[in-house]
Amino acid sequence: MKPAPFIRHVPKTLDEAVRILGAVAAEEGRVLAGGQSLVPIMAFRLAKPAHLVDINEIAELGRMSNDGKMLRIGALVRHAAFHKPVVDNPLGHLLAAVARAIAHYPIRLRGTFCGSLAHADPSAEWCLVAATLDATLVAHSTRGARTIAARDFFQGIMTTALAEDELLAEVRLPLLAPDTRFGFNKFSRRAGDFAMSAALAVYRLQDGKMTDVHLGVGGAEPSPRRIPEAEAVLAGQAPGDTVFRAAAEAAAQAVEAMEDHQTSADYRRDLVRAVVRRALEQSA
Amino acid sequence: MSTQSKGMSWVGRSIRRLEDPALVTGRGYFTGDLAAAHWVRFVRSPVAAGRIVKIGAPESAMVITAANLASVKPIAPLLHKFNYKPVAQPILADGVVRFVGEPVAAVVAASEQEAEDIADAVVLTIDETAAIVDGRAALAADAPQVHATVPGNVIVEGAHKTDGFDAAWARAHRIVTVEARSHRQNATPMEPRGGHAAYDAASGRITLTCATQMPHLMRTAIADLIGMAESDLRVIAPDVGGGFGQKMSLAAEYVLLVWLARQYKSSFAWREDRRENLIAGFHARDQYLTLAGAFDADAKLIALKADIIANVGAYSCFPTTAGIEPLMAMAELPGPYDFRHYECRARGVVTNTCTIAPYRGVSRPVNAFGLERLMDKAAAAFGLDVVEIRRRNLVDRFPYTTAYGLELDEASYRQTLDVVAKAIDLPAFRARQSEARAQGRHLGIGFATFCERTGYGTATFVERGMAITPGWETVVVSVDQSGLVEARIGASPHGQGLRTTLAQIVADELGISPDMIKVVHGDTDRAPYGWGTFASRSLVISGGATLIAARKVRTKLLKLASHILEAAPHDIVLEDGTAKVIGTDRSVPIATLAHEAHTQSHLYDGIEPGLTDEGFYDPPGTFSNACHVAIVEVDIETGQVKIEKFLVAEDAGRIINPMIADGQVHGGVAQGIGNALLEEIIYDDTGTILTASLADYLPPTARDVPEIDMHHLTTPSPNSVTEAKGLGEGGTIGAPAAVINAINDALVAFGVTIDEIPATPQRIRAALRNLSSPSPLWGAEKGGV
Repeated sequence: MKPAPFIRHVPKTLDEAVRILGAVAAEEGRVLAGGQSLVPIMAFRLAKPAHLVDINEIAELGRMSNDGKMLRIGALVRHAAFHKPVVDNPLGHLLAAVARAIAHYPIRLRGTFCGSLAHADPSAEWCLVAATLDATLVAHSTRGARTIAARDFFQGIMTTALAEDELLAEVRLPLLAPDTRFGFNKFSRRAGDFAMSAALAVYRLQDGKMTDVHLGVGGAEPSPRRIPEAEAVLAGQAPGDTVFRAAAEAAAQAVEAMEDHQTSADYRRDLVRAVVRRALEQSA
Repeated sequence: MSTQSKGMSWVGRSIRRLEDPALVTGRGYFTGDLAAAHWVRFVRSPVAAGRIVKIGAPESAMVITAANLASVKPIAPLLHKFNYKPVAQPILADGVVRFVGEPVAAVVAASEQEAEDIADAVVLTIDETAAIVDGRAALAADAPQVHATVPGNVIVEGAHKTDGFDAAWARAHRIVTVEARSHRQNATPMEPRGGHAAYDAASGRITLTCATQMPHLMRTAIADLIGMAESDLRVIAPDVGGGFGQKMSLAAEYVLLVWLARQYKSSFAWREDRRENLIAGFHARDQYLTLAGAFDADAKLIALKADIIANVGAYSCFPTTAGIEPLMAMAELPGPYDFRHYECRARGVVTNTCTIAPYRGVSRPVNAFGLERLMDKAAAAFGLDVVEIRRRNLVDRFPYTTAYGLELDEASYRQTLDVVAKAIDLPAFRARQSEARAQGRHLGIGFATFCERTGYGTATFVERGMAITPGWETVVVSVDQSGLVEARIGASPHGQGLRTTLAQIVADELGISPDMIKVVHGDTDRAPYGWGTFASRSLVISGGATLIAARKVRTKLLKLASHILEAAPHDIVLEDGTAKVIGTDRSVPIATLAHEAHTQSHLYDGIEPGLTDEGFYDPPGTFSNACHVAIVEVDIETGQVKIEKFLVAEDAGRIINPMIADGQVHGGVAQGIGNALLEEIIYDDTGTILTASLADYLPPTARDVPEIDMHHLTTPSPNSVTEAKGLGEGGTIGAPAAVINAINDALVAFGVTIDEIPATPQRIRAALRNLSSPSPLWGAEKGGV
C-alpha cells in the first residue's frame, strides 16, 4: 500500500503547472488536487505516475464565481464547498443536494469538483451533474486553453477528452431559471458508497408542464449522460406518477447497462428504473 | 476510581474499561509502531493454481524463497479423527501455488517502501493449472485436485446417525427442507496482521511481537517449525486491534520473520496491508448447509438430516485444522432444539482459495441460519406463528443431552424468546405489516433462537481429535509489598476488556479496588503458559482460574491477618484495602500483610513466604443463549434491505460487567448484519479474487447498524466457577438468521425464498424479477412485484 516512487512538483501558478505538466506528461505525469481517487489508486499501484503536479498551492484555482449566467468552479474547489448553496439560484440548491451524497465528510473536505470530473468514474455524482446540465469544461496546456462540452468530455470508464498534458482548470455550469425543478436519487449498497445508479432530473415547470427537460443517468453506463428517450417522454407533460413511471421505463430500456460479476444488466436496469422515478418524484 | 463501599460487589457493575484511556488517547502500543532494521514485503501468487517455473528477482535485491528455507518445517496441523488427510503448507510456496495471495517470496529491504518497490519488480513465472474454487464443485469426480494427499478434495469427513433414526424419520407427518448457502467472508479486524522479530545479541533470543490471539502457542509452533529451543523465543502480543479468530491461526509470515531474525541476527518487520488481509489473511464461513426436518403432526421436530459442505480453502489452519468448521457445524447444529434423532454428514473440502480459519461464531452463524429458516418454513407449513413453532421445539429441561450428545446446561431458551416476543408485540407488528403492505411497503420480522457453546475445556478438543487441545488456563495472582496486585494470565485479550473484568473478579476476593489490579497478558516471558483468547472462553476459563487463584491468595491473607489481628479468619473481612475484624475497629492494611508475607513470614506459623498463588481451570463448557429479532423493510424495486429494529434477549449467566457484555453483543450483531447483508469475498471461476479492497468488500458502517434493544436474563451456570458464561460470539450467531428470516417474511406475499447470505440487493431482486410481469413497477401497484 505504498505508492511507487514519484516526484512531486508544487507550482504556484496555473501557467507554471501547465508548463510542468507539459514537460512530464509523457513520463506518466498526473495532476494531484484532492487526491481522493488518485492516491488510493497509487497505493494499490494501479497507477504509477512518475510525476505528480500538485496544484494545491495555486490560489487562482480555488476560486468560484458567477457572472449571472454561469457558475465557474476552479480546479481546487472542494466538494464540501457545496454543502450550502453557493449561489442564490436553483443551481446552488441542486449542487448542495448532490454534494451531500458524495462519499463521506472527510472525503468531501479534500476531494475537488474538477478532480472528480477529470477522474471520470462512471458513478461520480459531479460527472452526472456536468453531463446533465451540459457543463463546459476548460482545459489548459502549454498550447493554450480550450473548452470542451460535457457530452464530448466523458469518453468511457475513467477516460476523458483531456490530453495527457492538459489540466482541467475550470468547469462552467449554467445558472438555472427560477422556475427550475430538480430531483436527485442515488442507489448504493451503503451510505457514502459509489453509486450503482444515480439519476438527476432537471426541468422548468411552465404552465404546469415540464419543459427544457434534462434527465441524466450515472453509474449505469461507462459515462453518465442525458437520456433523450426519457426526456422525450417528459417534455410538455405535467409532472405525475404515470409519466414519471413511463420515463423511468424509457430510461431503463435506453441504457446499455454495465455488468460485473455481481451485477447483471437486468439488475442495473432495475436500479435505473428506480432512481429515475425517485429523482422525478423528488422534483415534483 | 472510588474505593468500594461496604458490602458492595465490583462484579456486576459497569465500571469503565481500564484499558481504554490509553487506547482512546492514541497511547496504545501496537506491533506496527515498532521500528525495524529491515522490512519485509511478500510477493504473492497472482494465480490460484500453478507450478512455479521461475522467481525473477532484481539483481542485488534480498529475496527469500522456499529454496532458502529447507530447514524449516511446513505448517501441518493434525487431527486424529474424522478421516483427516494431513496437508503441508510451506512457509513460502514450494514449487506449487494453491491460491491467489499465497506467499511465494519475501523481499527484504531497509524500508517498507523500498521492499514494496522491489517486490513490484519481482517477476513470477508460473505455469497455471486448472483451479477449483467452489466447495461443492470441488467434490465432482473430475474436479482438479488441490493436494495429491487429498483425493477427491475431501480433507475431513464427519458422520453421525442416531440409533433408530430411520424409524423416527418414517414417522414424519411432514418434511421441511432448507438449502442454505453462506458465502465467504473475511473477519476484517481494524488492525490487519503484522509481526516484528528482533534478535537480542546478549541472550541470543528472538522476540516476536505480533498481532496474535495466542502468543504461547505461536511460540511453541514457530520454535518447532524452525527447530529452535522454545525458551529462545519470546512472543509478545501488544495491543491488538481486533482478531475475531483470524489472529488465532498461525501466519506463515510470522515463521519467516523469526527465521530471518535468527538467520541474520537483526530485526525484521512486516505490516500486512488491507489488500493482503482481504486476499490472504484467512477467510471464513464458506458453506453449503442442506437440512431436512421431520416434524410430527404437532409441529414438533422429531428428526433432523443435515449435509454440510465446508469449503476450507487451500490449507489446514493451525492449530484448529480444517476440521474446525465442518466438525463444529456437525456437533452443534442441533442447537437449542429438543429432538432425539439426527443424521449428519459434514465434509471439509479443499479448494484453490485462501485458507479458512475460525471467525467469530465458527460455523454456528450458518447453523443458526439454516435451522432458523427451517423453523420459519415449518411454521408456515403448519400455519403456526414463528414464536409458537419455536416454543414447541425449544429445550426446556436441563441438563439436556442433544441428539449429537452435547450436554446443555441450565439455560433460558423459551424465556428469552418470550421476552423479545413480548417486547416486540408480534400481533401489533403484524397489523403494521399489513397496513404497510397495502401502501406498497414490505416489512418483515425474523426471530433467531440459538445457544452458544462457550468456555469449553480440554475434553472438547480431545473429542474433536485435535493433536493440540487448547482447553485449560492458568492465572498467577501476586500481591506486591506496596499492596498492588498483578494477575498474570495465559489468555490474550485484544479488545474484550479482560483487564477490567478480571480485575473486578479479583477486587471482590481481595477487597481492593480494580484499579489496584494489573492484568498482565500477551507476553510469554511474563504470563504463564496459556492458550490465548478465542472461542468465547476467556471470561469463563481465565476468569475461573483468576477466581481460583485470587481465592487462594485471599485465604492466605485471612490466615496472616488472623495472626496479626488475633482473630479467627472467619471473623475477618477484606474490604477497602484492609483486613478488618468484623464488629471491631481492628484492621491491618493489605499492603502491610503483603510486606509481612514477603519479609516476616518466619514469624507466623504455617505461612510460607511471598504472596503469590496460581489458579488452574479446565471446565467442561457452558452454553449461553439468546433470542434475536430483526424487523426489516425490503425495497422491492432495488432489493435493498433496511433494518428498522433489532432486539436481543441474551443470557450469559452471571454478568461481570454489563457494559462490556452489551458491547460484545453490539459488535457481534454488527458483524452478523454484515454477514447477512453486505460482506462477501468473491472469487471468479479462475480463482481470482474480486474483493481485494474495502471499496468492494463491504463491512457495515455505523449507518447500517440500528440501535439494539437489549434484554438480559441471568441463568448462572453450574459449569463455571464464576457462574459466568461466554458471550463473545453470540451476536454474530443470531443476527444473520434473524435478518434473513425477516427478509423472507417481508417477501412472503411474493412466494420467493432467499436462503443465501449475504442477501445482497442483487440476489433479492433476481429472485423477485424471476416472478415479474413485464414491468416490476406496474406490478407493484397491483400487489405483485
